[in-house]
Order: sequence, then C-alpha cells, then structure tokens
Amino acid sequence: MPTDIANLHTETMTLNMGPQHPSTHGVLRLVLELDGETVLRVTPHVGYLHTGMEKQAESKNYYKFIPTTDRMDYLAPMSNNLGYCLAVEKLLNVEIPLRAQYIRVLIAELTRISSHLVWLGTHAMDLGAQTVFLYCFREREKFLMLQEFLCGARLTASYVRIGGLMLDLPEGFLDAAKTFSDEMNAHIDEYEALLTRNPIWLRRTQGVGVITREQALDMSATGPTLRGSGVDWDLRKARPYSSYDHFDFDVPLGSKGDVYDRYQIRVEEMRQSVRICQQAIAKMPGGDYRSRDWKYVIPPHEDVAHSMEALIHHFRLVTEGFRPPVGEAYHAIESPKGELGFHLVSDGGANPYRCHVRGPSFVNLQALALMCEGRLVSDLVAAIGSIDIVLGEVDR
Amino acid sequence: MFEFLCDTNTPVEAAVRSRFDGAVVDRDGFRGELTLTVRKDRLIEIMNFLKGDPAMQFDLLSDVTSVDWPERDERFDVVYHLTSTVLKQWVVIKCRVKEGESCPSVVKIWRGADWMEREVFDLMGIPFHGHPDLRRIVTPDDWEGHPLRKEYPLGREEIAFTHNVKTLKPRPVIISPDYKDAY
Repeated sequence: MPTDIANLHTETMTLNMGPQHPSTHGVLRLVLELDGETVLRVTPHVGYLHTGMEKQAESKNYYKFIPTTDRMDYLAPMSNNLGYCLAVEKLLNVEIPLRAQYIRVLIAELTRISSHLVWLGTHAMDLGAQTVFLYCFREREKFLMLQEFLCGARLTASYVRIGGLMLDLPEGFLDAAKTFSDEMNAHIDEYEALLTRNPIWLRRTQGVGVITREQALDMSATGPTLRGSGVDWDLRKARPYSSYDHFDFDVPLGSKGDVYDRYQIRVEEMRQSVRICQQAIAKMPGGDYRSRDWKYVIPPHEDVAHSMEALIHHFRLVTEGFRPPVGEAYHAIESPKGELGFHLVSDGGANPYRCHVRGPSFVNLQALALMCEGRLVSDLVAAIGSIDIVLGEVDR
Repeated sequence: MFEFLCDTNTPVEAAVRSRFDGAVVDRDGFRGELTLTVRKDRLIEIMNFLKGDPAMQFDLLSDVTSVDWPERDERFDVVYHLTSTVLKQWVVIKCRVKEGESCPSVVKIWRGADWMEREVFDLMGIPFHGHPDLRRIVTPDDWEGHPLRKEYPLGREEIAFTHNVKTLKPRPVIISPDYKDAY
C-alpha cells in the first residue's frame, strides 16, 4: 500500500551544540531547534566558567583585583587592566603622567592587534580556511614575545597599575615594538590575500548573520558588532580616555551588518591600531611612568630604597591599601570586543563595596539569536565567530 | 585635576525634573557623572522619555547592574547606564527596590536589557516584572541563594585530595545576615 504523503507528519528536532563544540570558542552551549538544517530557535546557555569575580573583588583591596581582570578577557589582558585601573583612578581622581598615558595607548593597541589576530585565525578556521590560523598565530607569537619583554608574562600581564604602570618600558622595547608594527601591515596584506576576495569566504560570510543598525543598538551591541551595522560609535573617539584624542586614526564602518562587514572592520582596525602604535612610539614623551600621588599610588622601587617616606607609603599601601572617597564611578573603554565598563562603588573602605564588570562579549552574545534564526547551522558557526566572544568574559 | 569629559550641567536633569514632577528623589554628580535616582513607579515612563525624546535620544543601554545596601530600608539599587550615540551624552539612572519587591523590566524599551536583567536577578535576586524570560543565567538553574548579596558567604570549602576524600564532609552554605566569616 503506498504511503499517503500528505498524512506524514514532520517535527522539529532539538539539538545540543556545545559546551565542548570547537566552534563555540570555549564553553558556550547552544540549544538549537532545527527544522532539517534550518535553525528555528537558538537558546544560548552560558555560565560554565562563572567564578564569581565580582564577588571576589569585594574581599580584596583595589590593587589585588588587577590580576583577576587579566583572566576575564584573556586574549586582551592589558585592555582589561586598563579599564579597571581607569575606573579606580576616576574614583580616586588621580592624574596620570603623559608618558604613562602614551604607553597605555601603545599597549592597548598592541593588545587589540593580538586579540584580533586570534579572532581572525579561529574565525577563519571555523569556516574551513586553516592556513590563516597559522599565519595569525605566527604574528601573535611575536606579540607575546613583546609582552614578555615588557612585563615578564605572556598571558596574564597585570602591567597597568593604579596610577600608572608596573614598570617603565624596558630598554629597546620601543625599537622592538616599532619593528613589530612596521612589519604588521605587510602581514595583514597576507591575510587579506587569503580571504578578502576568496569566493568561498565570500559565500560563507556575505549576507550571513545580518543585524541591522536598529537591531544592533536595541540589543546594546558595541564594538565591531555595532560598527559592522554602520553605527559610528567608538569610545576612543566619543569619550577619549588616556589621551586617545592626541592620536590620528579612523573608525572603519560597515554598511550591511553581515559577517563579512565585521571581518573587514576588524582587519581595518588592525591597520588603524598599527597607525596609533607608530604615532605613540614616535611621540613617546619622557617623564614619570607612575603618578606621584603617593597617597594612592605605590612608590616605585627606586624611591623605596632611598626614601623613608616612600617606604612608609609603600608599606601602608601594600598592607592595608587605600581608602577612596565614598562614591560610585563607571568607566568604559573600547576594548577589542566593544565597550568594557567597570562600575565601582566605594563606601570609604579599603575594598570595593561593589565591582561590576560590563563585559562586551556577554552583551554582544545576546544578538546571536537575531543573527541566525531562520538560517542554516553552518551560518550559525560563522555568526558566533563574527561576534568574537571570550567565554571568560561572558561568564566572569 | 583629571578632566573627565562628562558635564553634570546637561539639560538631561532639568528635562527629567520638569517633566516628571517629584519623580527624582536624589541626584549625584560625583566625578562629573550625572546620576539620578528616580521613583520605581515612574521608571518606565522616564526611560521611555529618555529613549524617545529628540533632546535625549539615549539609544544604547550600556549596562544594568545592582548594589546591595543591607542596612537600608529599600535595600537594593538597580543602576542603569544610558548612552546616546547621537548626542554623545551619558546618564546614570538609579532606582531603589525593597527586598521581596520586583522592579519593572526595561526589555520592552531596550531588548539588550534581557541578559543584563537576568544577571541581576541571578546574582542579586531582584525579580523584574514584565521580563519575557527571567531565568538564572550564570549560575546553575538549581543554585540556592544569590551570590552578590552581602550576607552570602564567599565560602571556604575543604579541597579534595587523594588522602582526604573519605573524611571530607560537604559544608552547608550558611546564608544569614550575621555571617561574620564571609571571607
């Protein structure tokens, strides 16, 4: 007897993707409702890396929280240090010497290049372009060497400190950084030669994961995810911190809001970061690398060895920390992923009363469902990569 | 001293005060950042005004967070950081919530509030009415308590090694306001 096709019933399938799926960039779990290969609904589940960093901050003094910030967005540790220290400095109202500000800009931009390199390599690998990954990690290794030269750590830098920096630039660092940034443009050309006009890459990214201007703003997206949709919003320009207004750079914008636009924006951002680095190196002023406001800032080791007063300040700050005035401060920076904000509440004690982190990955990840519902599963992989999430920051 | 590019004398405060009479219960201009504490029952109209009015245009909800003040009658502060990408202005709106009460959700105004409010609900235990999908987000679904409340202990748990697994007793999480050994 022939089957009556009209009476066959179909049903959707629920599929669990992650938390160990390689294209989820960590431990993101997505529950997909599928109709064949079409994604009907995406429900992200996060929190697998939640370690209660905000709660931990309440039991440490302000200095002791800096190493924890490295571990949030571990691909851009120095950006996190910078965001946190700027928030504390806002609470304290400490003035930062110009040299320290320029060094901060330099390392923040080097970090941006490094973070985008990891993003580009892994994103391209998700979509099947394996060579790019090796090229990107070749340059990332150079950056890690540079970071090790700067502060001794390859991953968790903690280089930016409250009131300035851990140490002054080591001798020869500026030359090394200049070589790195001068060579970088040619390397970016290499990546672009592999991808930008590659027909497979274009098919996989153009018109995929589209998010409109209004949707992106509505979803509180920031960083390249927002600029890909054509919103001219970069905190380095809109609310310059750490003397970013002294530097000349452009903010690349997309128009369609698809994966390809976000790809082009990040690649162009690397070129702009190179420009900023070159200016910072050329214009690097002399002077202190740390504020001399010893009430809040730990005196450098040279001073401690020679001055009784510096020793006393050092002892007090290391043992009990400082007590900022009562108040609340929020400071946001443009991290490689978007708006990274720290909301600090002081009750006049030595520990933060409350420390909240506004992680760009956490907020941007919300837009994932908008990008891929109604599309294929393979487009979902492209969309996750294009948001550029770090689960350490999503979960905190 | 350090110049922060934010002016307290923005027209935002004047506009909110004149339009919503008596809704602003407190203001703060610490470090040049305008913070307005508003009454909870007027929150939604004020937020709608701040997003929609041509002189405000706060189109980006940067952040939603919360602060716990256990000694206060209205125990929690829910803090909203608003950004206008068009007019380049910023404002912080606060709203006080008593324990056991809920706060109106702003998801209908900015969809991006969805996960941020879930995070506040999860970690601080403030429910948001009108939220489409209020579930825990970073802690497991069966978690007890709300870790960012002040009475929640930071906890010390004995760590399992090969020599002590048999003697290890799981310590119950004690959540009480007089928990002195919180860290």
